[in-house]
Amino acid sequence: MTLDRRSFLKLAGAGVGAAGLPMIGRAAELMPKGAKRVVVIGGGYGGTIAAKYIRMMDKSIEVVLIERNDHFVSCPFSNLYIGGVIKDLNPLTIKYDKLAANHGVTVVQAEVTGIDPAGKVVTTSKGTVSYDRLVLSPGIDFRLEEMKGYDAAAMEIMPHAWKAGPQTVLLRKQLEAMKDGGNMVMTVPLAPYRCPPGPYERASMVAHYLKKNKPKSKLIVLDANPDITSKGGLFKKGWKDNYEGIIDYRPAKKVTEVEPGKMTVLIEGLEDVKGDVINVIPPQRAGQIAVAAGLVGDDKNWCPVNPTTFESTKQAGIHVIGDACVAGAMPKSGYSANSEAKICAMNVVALMNGKETTEMSGINTCYSYITDKEAVSVAAVYAVKEGKIIAVPNSGGVSPADFSAAKTEAIYAQSWLKNILTEMST
Amino acid sequence: MTMKWKGWALATGVLTISAMAQAAPPSAAMLSNACAGCHGTNGGSAGPSMPSLASQSKEAIVEAMKKFKNGERPSSIMGRIAKGYSDADIATMGEFFSKQKLHATNQTVDAAKVKKGAGLQESNCGRCHIEDGREGKDDTPVMASQWLPYLHMQMELYQSGKRKMPEKMAEKVKPLSNDDIEALLHFYASVK
Repeated sequence: MTLDRRSFLKLAGAGVGAAGLPMIGRAAELMPKGAKRVVVIGGGYGGTIAAKYIRMMDKSIEVVLIERNDHFVSCPFSNLYIGGVIKDLNPLTIKYDKLAANHGVTVVQAEVTGIDPAGKVVTTSKGTVSYDRLVLSPGIDFRLEEMKGYDAAAMEIMPHAWKAGPQTVLLRKQLEAMKDGGNMVMTVPLAPYRCPPGPYERASMVAHYLKKNKPKSKLIVLDANPDITSKGGLFKKGWKDNYEGIIDYRPAKKVTEVEPGKMTVLIEGLEDVKGDVINVIPPQRAGQIAVAAGLVGDDKNWCPVNPTTFESTKQAGIHVIGDACVAGAMPKSGYSANSEAKICAMNVVALMNGKETTEMSGINTCYSYITDKEAVSVAAVYAVKEGKIIAVPNSGGVSPADFSAAKTEAIYAQSWLKNILTEMST
Repeated sequence: MTMKWKGWALATGVLTISAMAQAAPPSAAMLSNACAGCHGTNGGSAGPSMPSLASQSKEAIVEAMKKFKNGERPSSIMGRIAKGYSDADIATMGEFFSKQKLHATNQTVDAAKVKKGAGLQESNCGRCHIEDGREGKDDTPVMASQWLPYLHMQMELYQSGKRKMPEKMAEKVKPLSNDDIEALLHFYASVK
């Protein structure tokens, strides 16, 4: 790249725009666009991989990765931290410096405040960035209007811990501070939400902690769904074998309101449940930036995309990957986001160069811990059939029902994390 | 060729939306990149229980996937995944990984074991695990720089009978002591 990014950002940070004029009123251009530029928004499981793979496939395309934080904390494995199985979040944390050094990705730490699909411009807290194509991997935001009383202040009292970081640390601290004999309450939203088996793995890890440290305590799981949404048989067996009398699982209990002052949650105005620690996982939709850009579909929640290119069906030139998009049979998981990012990257490169696109082939692999030494998995291979992403028949599925592979899978899960985070950060 | 015309049409915007919906079937990179979440970018693994696929021969990958698919080789997750691919897909992926260069790993190994293992390799294994395990004869897998925990896990599967040793390998391994095998694994882990 001919542009000196560092001095440029310094310039912009000092309040001087690209044209040398003070940034008053509207944002100035942060970096002039060369021949070919893709902007990627979001430095998580999807965005990092899209940025890296576009650069791996075509060095003539400038890639600007915009992320508001200077690091990323993985949601996968954060339940193990909550349950005290891992000591800190360091093994779950990545930085972006090597994506810049190894692949020439231009990383900009800034908050995206708007997208102009017609003008192909992203507005950030540091200035505007023009693009030829935009890849959006914004993750999720919460449908707070469906959870009365759950505002920013309530989140500090009843953490969601569904975006890993300070919220994860807060929930663990609360759990540690709880007296033996206290009850934790956890709420699960109706599917679809980020990471289908995540709430049940969290229940397992919390129960593991309670069994060891607070044997008189219980975990009450209030699940809006009629049954466990993923790996159901395996979780049920795991709970029966390990956490009988600790996990009180209550299906079809949709929490619609919280009262942080009373440490109470309300189930559709009919029933209230008290907790000493309350973990509210609210209903979700695509990240706010995708909603604001008009990318969500008729459901007003998730972003419909072309199953080959992951280009939005609502706005041309914008691709949506990860939890925010509707990817047919692919679940909202970290590995799906990784796989979608590569499919998207390959086809973005093709489209940028006027070449033929390539049909998708994807994978999801997802491990959930039941105890500190046992994990179960679900896996699938995905392909396109009649314009839809489907799981390839007669393949994939969950771990053996008898837990015969559970100890081995707990070991594999650790390498899963190591490899996927290394892919994202090097 | 039609592809060239399509490229021109896409670039100039002549092609209609419906024609654009036609995409080429999954390429080698499309198929293989999906594996990298667990096996590392281009098949170079950073996870100690996952094998690197980079620089494995096409034959080795095809053989491993065939055995995962039919259950002959024990696995937790690979059997379920292998069933999602046709024989042609697998051959394509095998070719992709065979073209990637060896993924050198930096592991803590025991120097004395490495030295002992080097001697054993030459006299016992070198006919199939050629170039100190950097290459393999026919469908013999590349051993060089694989992670020790992975090598240990596979050796346990062999010794318990859950994974069947090829006849020639069984002949060579049988007379070896556990210490000999341990030395060999340290040797392979050390090769770059």
